[in-house]
Amino acid sequence: MMDRSIRAVKVWSWRTFFFQWEWLLVLIFIAVNVVNSTLSPYYFTMDTFLGTPMSFLDKAFLVLPMTMVIILGNIDISVGSSVALSAVVMAVTYNAGLPMPLALLVCLGVGTTCGLVNGILMTKFKELSSVIVTLATMIIFRGIAYVILTDQASGEFPKWYSSLGWGSIGKVPIILIVFAVCALAFGLLLHKTSFGRKIYGMGNNLTASRYSGIKTDSVIMIVSVLTGLMAGFTALFLTSRMGSTRPNVAQGYELEVIAMVVLGGVSTSGGKGRIVGPLLAIFIIGFLNYGLGLVNIQAQVLLIIVGLLLILSVLVLNIRFRGTQRAVPSAVKSVAAPEQPGESNS
Amino acid sequence: MRKVIIFAVMVLAIMAIALPAFAGGAGEKGAAPAGAKYAIVFKNTGNPYGDKQMGGFKAGIEEQGFQAILRAPDQPTAEAQIQILEQLISQKVAAICIVGNDKDALQPVLTKAKNAGIKVFSLDSGVNPASRLTHVNQADSEKIGRTLIQAAYDMIGGKGDIAILSATSQATNQNLWIDYMKKELTDPKYANVKLVKVAYGDDIRDKSVSEAEGLLQSFPNLKCIIAPTTVGIAAAGKVLTDKGLGGKVFLTGLGLPSEMATYIENGVCPYMFLWNPIDVGYLGSWVATALVTGKITGAVGDKFKAGRLGDYTITKAPDGGTEVLLGPPFKFDKANIADWKTVY
Repeated sequence: MMDRSIRAVKVWSWRTFFFQWEWLLVLIFIAVNVVNSTLSPYYFTMDTFLGTPMSFLDKAFLVLPMTMVIILGNIDISVGSSVALSAVVMAVTYNAGLPMPLALLVCLGVGTTCGLVNGILMTKFKELSSVIVTLATMIIFRGIAYVILTDQASGEFPKWYSSLGWGSIGKVPIILIVFAVCALAFGLLLHKTSFGRKIYGMGNNLTASRYSGIKTDSVIMIVSVLTGLMAGFTALFLTSRMGSTRPNVAQGYELEVIAMVVLGGVSTSGGKGRIVGPLLAIFIIGFLNYGLGLVNIQAQVLLIIVGLLLILSVLVLNIRFRGTQRAVPSAVKSVAAPEQPGESNS
Repeated sequence: MRKVIIFAVMVLAIMAIALPAFAGGAGEKGAAPAGAKYAIVFKNTGNPYGDKQMGGFKAGIEEQGFQAILRAPDQPTAEAQIQILEQLISQKVAAICIVGNDKDALQPVLTKAKNAGIKVFSLDSGVNPASRLTHVNQADSEKIGRTLIQAAYDMIGGKGDIAILSATSQATNQNLWIDYMKKELTDPKYANVKLVKVAYGDDIRDKSVSEAEGLLQSFPNLKCIIAPTTVGIAAAGKVLTDKGLGGKVFLTGLGLPSEMATYIENGVCPYMFLWNPIDVGYLGSWVATALVTGKITGAVGDKFKAGRLGDYTITKAPDGGTEVLLGPPFKFDKANIADWKTVY
């Protein structure tokens, strides 16, 4: 009788554990490092692993909430514009006399407001898809940034502000520490809380989730606001590294971020994926970019490689999915009817 | 499951085969001794003017027996240049010659390069004096700015609206020239000439074309477009030709003879100016080696020999730093364009 019960807990086996996209990403990551090390004698150093993340982690803050957005089955292409608007407003308010610490808060506040606007539009006008809503706000946010600053740059920040993006505590860059904390928080939120479960539930079946009592609007709203907040963080670090800002900063960040999330094994149809994947993807693309740069390969080649990796990730995930579909019926059969003689031989 | 394994192997195989193949094309194999590599970082890829300039730099460096690294990001932004500069610092190049996308934003990374013992100087589009040892300038910025306004004045017969189509709003050299253009316009002689707008095409072809079209639509009385950038002037030349405005709206500025020959010959652009971008890069290569050997430090009065171009002296720059001037700008018109269009 015990054998006939339905097992809700997945059976752990080394096969299912190792044949996951995340492990493949680990392999790719190792491959990238091996190839980079053989190509350039300057690659395999402490400076590479601690110093390089400074140059690509700014946009990585956006990967965290974007993972949630995509698991929800939505998409947010306004993040780059939110970054630009946050940075521009910060620069303008600082130069208008606001103390720098307050200007930093203004930056985070503007980012959060951008997210809030997206959230309100998405929950109030459900007939509009998230692509349309964020396409509109993408244009609007950057438009506002251009209106505020026209085609000019603004900067002249205090000296200490640049150490936010360039400085280290000991040997570890500040940006890496902040990012690690944020990544941990997002990981816990997505995988260890009921809020995270709701996101997966909504991504798999929004209607069923709503009927089972999940406040779907407030989940979408919270994820949007978190996205905006992270856009604020990106703006802080990006501007700190640049020393000044312009309305056209962070252009194209949305697509780079979405590429990282998808490469990380998060399904664009929603409901599938884990935070580990996109985190690995950030470092794969980052180190690949850096390694290719060390041997002076043109930036366009990197785009080709990332494109190939993306196609590959979609293919592998599809094959894996088909594989499990085939595997499931036979597994169910053997679990459900193990006592019937003859069955096992067929 | 087997398919997954096959794919995993394929990923590794693609990586292992593709990367060295790409790297082979780019040269550098990491075996060269430290101190022998000289890098130039241009504003962005896909800019013929930049290709010529980097080509000149490469020729000069190789003529002296060293290795040249030519880099340019795919977008004309400071963010992208910062990443490239970080990679060059890790490679321990001897000198970095930067054609800046932003005067100030590169200061932190260039300071890092300086602290790593790399000789940093700018070329063509400068960075602020604190970030560089010296600057290689094409021609006297004041002269370029004032000459372009005089050219426009001459074309429109001393009366009418003019507009400027520049590169990015942060491009150091263009901004300096525009400043001198505005100064020249304060002369009472230009009382009837009105500068209606400075538009920015970002040195990207599509954007330059749409900005040029925008100028024509917003200002129907426009008489002349001054484009102090090779991408901008070629874009404006195309727009004016396509719209059949030759002889009604004039075009001048700084352009590559090979790209502008059509528009000079069809009368859209009566004449324009430029220096030889190959020579600018070539001069930069000699500045690079002289800085590394310690022959010059970038101080006013330092003298050095620049191969086939002869002797040069470092002078004071208008922004407070120092610079080396290549020479006066050259005028291209119907009479001489045929000879120059095949050169660069």
